[in-house]
Amino acid sequence: MSVYEYIVRTKDLSKIYTLGGVEVRALDQVALDIRRGEYVSIMGPSGSGKSTLFNMIGGLDKPTRGTVFIDEVDMAQLTASELAFLRCRKIGYIFQTFNLIPVMTALENVTLPMVFAGLTTDDALDKGMELLKTVGLGERYDHKPTELSGGQQQRVAIARAFANDPAIILADEPTGNLDLKTGKEIITLLKRMNEDKKVTVISATHDLKMIDVSDRVVWIRDGKIERIQERKDIDLQVGVMAGEEQ
Amino acid sequence: MSENDSRGSVLEGIKGRAGIEKQIVLPWSRALQMTRENIFVRLGRSAITASGIFLGIAFLSAVLFGAAAQRVAASIEVEKLGVQQATGEFQARIIWLACMSLLVATVGIVNSMLMSVTERYKEIGTMKCLGALDSFIVRLFLLEAGVLGVLGSALGAIIGTGVMMLAYIGRVGWSGVLKAWMTDAVQFGSGSGIPMWLAFIVTLLIGGVLSILAALYPAWRAAKMPPAAALRSEF
Repeated sequence: MSVYEYIVRTKDLSKIYTLGGVEVRALDQVALDIRRGEYVSIMGPSGSGKSTLFNMIGGLDKPTRGTVFIDEVDMAQLTASELAFLRCRKIGYIFQTFNLIPVMTALENVTLPMVFAGLTTDDALDKGMELLKTVGLGERYDHKPTELSGGQQQRVAIARAFANDPAIILADEPTGNLDLKTGKEIITLLKRMNEDKKVTVISATHDLKMIDVSDRVVWIRDGKIERIQERKDIDLQVGVMAGEEQ
Repeated sequence: MSENDSRGSVLEGIKGRAGIEKQIVLPWSRALQMTRENIFVRLGRSAITASGIFLGIAFLSAVLFGAAAQRVAASIEVEKLGVQQATGEFQARIIWLACMSLLVATVGIVNSMLMSVTERYKEIGTMKCLGALDSFIVRLFLLEAGVLGVLGSALGAIIGTGVMMLAYIGRVGWSGVLKAWMTDAVQFGSGSGIPMWLAFIVTLLIGGVLSILAALYPAWRAAKMPPAAALRSEF
């Protein structure tokens, strides 16, 4: 078992895109340490580089410079199949656009990562049903994504992200395509999973509702970390914000 | 902490690098199920993909059966009238034409599969995020093309020969049509040839193989896509 305090560390992480001959620094020497079991929100306006950071941490894209360590292993050192293994077993992804496989039912979507991980069909179906019940969709296991509302699709996506008991959940704007109330429900669900399953949740977002449940908030602007807020500072600010909203 | 120890913590439960390929699996039964779902959900596109190879194979098998039936008809006429017809050269030319049409059909499949890949960028990216290896993506696309190719060419071969059988019944009768199945559809200069029943089977194989060959490049392109790029695209 791994006992490192930090499950994710980035060092000097930079990503430079060349757009029309102009260099764009999407990420500029980002150093970020994320503790095991933490709920971290990466906040910032569109184009601030938070999705790029999300892709780097998730091993979905390669950095131009710098390193991402997951459990102290340099991701750049992993082979393609080791990376696939990491994505399959260690990281659960949640996306803004839900990204369910449209031709599959809710249950098939949830069990797909388990199939990849080599579970037998029976075990996968049992576990898939259990996960769907956990997210409150036990009744709708046989529905295709098009037959589900946005909030329900995101619940299926969350169940799928937890399919192989990952250590890290990476969520990219999980509430971006949802209305206020549904978004709040999804955040509550993520927080509950974070506490119950002791899983590290890293969420890129610009949804201020997310601050409420975060252990830390990392503010990003122009590809750099602007500031990092701890839980105790956050409580104070949320009180003010709640007052403003009323 | 040495590098090896820390690797062990991320890839927990893995014995050495070689074991990993086996740790991530896509069973054939599930792959076939996904292929079936993909074909039925996008029935329109699937039909277009299959119709290219269907038409090509229908044409080829009609030509082949026509050649065999023509030989039967010629032999009957030789018995009756003692007249020898020269048909060989014409048949050879038309078989070339059929082969060209198969080539066109193959290019059609490449195009259709490439569109299918583009349509599924996001889906492919998602699958990779869930742990799919490149080989899974290749397998799924090749399976789909293979199934469509076999179905399309089976239907094409049946309809192509069927139409020709009907066309020749008037001239050579039922017994002549049946006899054509045992008669050479293709003859080589040396006098040896391929009987119609064998040509029929070869035609089916050609259809399946061409479909899979046509899907190789699109499948490779799909598999090589970095998952992040797949997720960014909005289709």
